Amino acid sequence: MIYAVLQRLGQMVFVMVGISLLVFLIFFGTPGVDPAARIAGRNASPEVLEAVRISFGFDQPFYIQYLTMMKKIFITGDLTSFVNRGWEVVPAVLDTIPVTLSLVLGAAVLWIIFSLIIGVLAAAYRDTWIDKILMILGLIGISMPVYWLGEVMNLVTQSRYHDTWLFSWVPPLGYKPLSEDPKGWFLTLVIPWFTLSILYIGLYGRVLRASITEALQEDYIRTARAKGLSETRILLRHALRTSLISFVTLFGLDFGALVGGSALLTEVVFGLQGVGKLTFDALQNLDLPIIMTTVLYASFFVVVANAIVDVVYILLDPRVRTA
Amino acid sequence: MTVLSTDVANQCRGPWATAFRRLMRDRAALAALAAFLLIVLMCLLAPVYAHWAGVEPFKSTLNATIIIDGQERPVMELPTEGLALGYTPIGPTWSLGNYFLGADNQGRDVMARLLYGGLNSFLIAGAATIFTLTFATLFGVTAGFFGGVIDMVLSRILDVLWAFPVYLLAISLSVVMITQSITIGPIVIESGSLWLPIFIIGLIYIPYVARPIRGQVMALRNSDFVMAAIGLGAPSSRIMRKDILPNITTTLIVFVPIMMALNMLTESALSFLSIGVQPPDASWGTIIQDGQGLLYTRPVVALAPGLMIVASVLSLNVFGDGLRDALDPKSKIKLGRSG
Repeated sequence: MIYAVLQRLGQMVFVMVGISLLVFLIFFGTPGVDPAARIAGRNASPEVLEAVRISFGFDQPFYIQYLTMMKKIFITGDLTSFVNRGWEVVPAVLDTIPVTLSLVLGAAVLWIIFSLIIGVLAAAYRDTWIDKILMILGLIGISMPVYWLGEVMNLVTQSRYHDTWLFSWVPPLGYKPLSEDPKGWFLTLVIPWFTLSILYIGLYGRVLRASITEALQEDYIRTARAKGLSETRILLRHALRTSLISFVTLFGLDFGALVGGSALLTEVVFGLQGVGKLTFDALQNLDLPIIMTTVLYASFFVVVANAIVDVVYILLDPRVRTA
Repeated sequence: MTVLSTDVANQCRGPWATAFRRLMRDRAALAALAAFLLIVLMCLLAPVYAHWAGVEPFKSTLNATIIIDGQERPVMELPTEGLALGYTPIGPTWSLGNYFLGADNQGRDVMARLLYGGLNSFLIAGAATIFTLTFATLFGVTAGFFGGVIDMVLSRILDVLWAFPVYLLAISLSVVMITQSITIGPIVIESGSLWLPIFIIGLIYIPYVARPIRGQVMALRNSDFVMAAIGLGAPSSRIMRKDILPNITTTLIVFVPIMMALNMLTESALSFLSIGVQPPDASWGTIIQDGQGLLYTRPVVALAPGLMIVASVLSLNVFGDGLRDALDPKSKIKLGRSG
């Protein structure tokens, strides 16, 4: 078991190095483009260009450039933006993390609760109209672009029905820190939480229904029935329990991906200054140091999260453990 | 006797014919396919529509006028209520060929742009699907068949690509590629070219398809009939072509509608973030972005393309479900997600 865990961690380090090399190549190694001009932003003066060249070591060999970039981002953390003169990049990225975490955590709570309800209900009433309606609703949830759904939500709650009792409580777009204004934090995030979770409610509901239905075919379910257990108990205590292993794995992966930048569209539509929104704004100004940093931090986070999920899986499932 | 003979006939029918019959019985899947084809057909008629309506969907037409109930009115109206700041594009007239869905902030006919935009969305999603499936097959078959070092190197490359958050990878690639044209040898890719979103979307989903294919090929590699072929001295290229490829064809076909749906969502998201289709060209994502500024005054500009995306992706997903059940009922391929 120790060997399996170590192997997985070694793989994680390898992927991290691979990602940093890929990012480096994308930004500094694209043929026919001057990376200094890129980093300096639009219409930079020759002095700024020269400063960028020296600071990133563009007059030196490739591997030194790579190491300089890694040092700036991870060790000294003194990367500065050239588009917004002198803006420290690493603290700016760290500042956005609470916003993204608030958004994703709340949405995760919603999508776990609702997808469990939908998956179990659909499996309990499989092949009836309840099952069919729930599955079609799930499919619609999967088929909706999240940013469009966000705009529809904004249209309804901020404009068209804002003056009715239903949505008059919805505050204007933006983020309020939890430590300063807990009530405002909660109210501003309710609509974004629902918007972000709908895709995952549909997805997880469908996955859960499929795996419960599959589990119900197993021999141990027949044994449970033969023992005379009630259908509800069989469904919740026996079938659901095994289905939860894949559910938990999937959850870990999606949660990691969302914190690592996949919540970008939701953040942009609702004006939440998270990791994704910061990257998006940097894209508008072509502020490359910011993009490099968020991309590296976020993808490292995803890699670590995936490794944790796999290690937990090894610890949880005896079949994987002995293999 | 007659009962027996139909049974025999059923058994003799090939796997493709069986799958086809199963698909033909799945009414939801057929209806979804019909709906999807109808939407594609509508979008294919975009040039015809624009010509018939006499509008220029890719040029600013702020001074255009239309005739409603015999009265000539400008497309960009001065607001009659509230603070009279700037012009508001005209709302939907609901009469075909006459600014059916109104105008956008440049006075362009939204209906015509919607059809043209759909054309681009389908084109990019389709081409990216072909790109992904081709390279995923190449990677998956090579890694799964040869194993060893080749498999390790290819698998790690796929790991790196897969660990990258989809939109961040797309932003990194496009910030480098979209701002200026790039020259690789004799190939020059212009900055506004549709090839860029096709390449980006096609690239990021390769691991999603290549991994299951690799697994399947590894299992096939150890099956008796492949062992027999190796024992007979058949060359690897022949085994791959004659024994491996035919066995992964169903998986590839099942992936087509799923990838199309996923790619349409990704394309629209990238275009919405202004790193996909570039203006003045349109796609459903860019029209939603155009509509964002008009959301509270002329919501239909953003609503219409979104509804088109939902309709297309939903019909692809329903059809994909049916296709999977018909071809490969035991398969584990699940619907993809995109942010």
